[in-house]
Amino acid sequence: MEQLFFYIFSIVAIVSAILVVSVRNPVHSALYLIICFLQVAAMFVLLRSPFLAAVQVFIYVGAVMVLFLFAVMVLDLGKERLKDSMHSQSILGGALAIVLFFIAFYLVYNGDIVAPLGAYTETALMKNTEVIGAALYTKYIYPFEVVSLILLVALVGAITLVMRHKDN
Amino acid sequence: MPDVTTLIEVLLIVIKVVVIAMILFSLPMPLTWLERKVAGHIQVRLGPWRVGPHGILQAVADAIKLMLKEDITPDKADKFLFRLAPLLALVPAFAVFVTIPFGESISIPFIERDVTLYIADMNVGILYILAIAGLGIYGVILGGWASNSKYSLLGALRSSAQMISYEIAISFAAIGVVMIANSLSLVDIVGAQSGSILNWNILYLPVGPVWFAIFLIASLAEINRIPFDLPEDEGTLGAGFHTEYSGMRFSLFMLAEYVAMVTVSILCVLLFFGGWNAPFDMPLPIPPIPAIFWFIGKVSAFIYFFMWLRFTLPRYRYDQLMTLGWKVLIPISLVNILVTGYMRI
Repeated sequence: MEQLFFYIFSIVAIVSAILVVSVRNPVHSALYLIICFLQVAAMFVLLRSPFLAAVQVFIYVGAVMVLFLFAVMVLDLGKERLKDSMHSQSILGGALAIVLFFIAFYLVYNGDIVAPLGAYTETALMKNTEVIGAALYTKYIYPFEVVSLILLVALVGAITLVMRHKDN
Repeated sequence: MPDVTTLIEVLLIVIKVVVIAMILFSLPMPLTWLERKVAGHIQVRLGPWRVGPHGILQAVADAIKLMLKEDITPDKADKFLFRLAPLLALVPAFAVFVTIPFGESISIPFIERDVTLYIADMNVGILYILAIAGLGIYGVILGGWASNSKYSLLGALRSSAQMISYEIAISFAAIGVVMIANSLSLVDIVGAQSGSILNWNILYLPVGPVWFAIFLIASLAEINRIPFDLPEDEGTLGAGFHTEYSGMRFSLFMLAEYVAMVTVSILCVLLFFGGWNAPFDMPLPIPPIPAIFWFIGKVSAFIYFFMWLRFTLPRYRYDQLMTLGWKVLIPISLVNILVTGYMRI
């Protein structure tokens, strides 16, 4: 049953991911990307992480994609311009993707990446948020702080880029 | 082959989903009538009067009218997205109700088992609601863009900027409540407010009332109601994002909007006004009032409050709206989080 759902979600995710890069209209691309993100959220539920699933929907689908759409609608990118700026990178991108898939396949095949799933019990689900919070604030506190610092730098950088100085 | 208990569980869930969906589909009919009646009386008019006694069948007449109207799709519109957008607005508005609890549990007399008055009690309930409710914006954005009309596009742009800005304040208010209740589950949040009126989050002094004010203002902006209904500002935008919609598709947008109003009323009650808890214990030996009546009563009071606001307050200017969101609500939320954290140590 779980596998069946996994296959449904992953097939929809892959198909919509391919559509994101293949359709011409940027707004349609954004819509397919939303579908892809929702499938990933569903997979987090299968991986017994309802908290991550909710956050995935909240941040990526609810906020990031809205800003994407906002930018696409305001900028009104012509279809031709988008095509022009893409094709020089396609060979490099393709090569990198193949390398990535090869590494992932190698690791999975050798059994280096395994994530045994526990039973789908109620206690495991109800403690989910607590476990993530405890891990973030004890074991992974330094990476967590580094990430917040990077975010802060990005935030300040974005504001500096768009700030207009008053000339008078 | 699953055993009988599992089958009954599944069947109960299906029944609950169907019942909630039917209620939500039919709720806008009395609510539109009520809203027009409230509007009429606030403006010293009669409101709907001709269809049925006190115009009570006006909503039925409206529904027939909307169904029979020609459904126009503009020639230059993006046909696929134009048809999809009303559904994108509607589905999240309904999906939110999966985690909304209406009470704890009641026992059904014939099958002799306790039935919980919610579909699922997730440990991330409030996050789920905020996340799914945030998806409703895609109906507005994509509908406005797909219409290929300047009024629709401007309405959609305004709406997305507004909803993104106020979603931050709403999330902060939700975080405040989570800090007070120590749980993300709505059932637990209501449970933490049981006992008497003094345990309600609105009376968690001094931060409770501030959180409630932030939540109320931000959620008014989220559901595009006056004084924040800039996306459909008639004076400058025609009808905003749904200018090009007609007939059934238009009414789907309206349906989503009414369901969102009910959702916000329910959230106010659950998060701040003790949910289905009675404000005080009954001193007399009269039979106690069932919890569900307290719940429905509080929610109705909020729905009336939102209608009352609509015909009392003027509309905000767009730059004022942004100033209020970013420069007033968010700084207050940050300070309030510090105070709440200090109080919870």
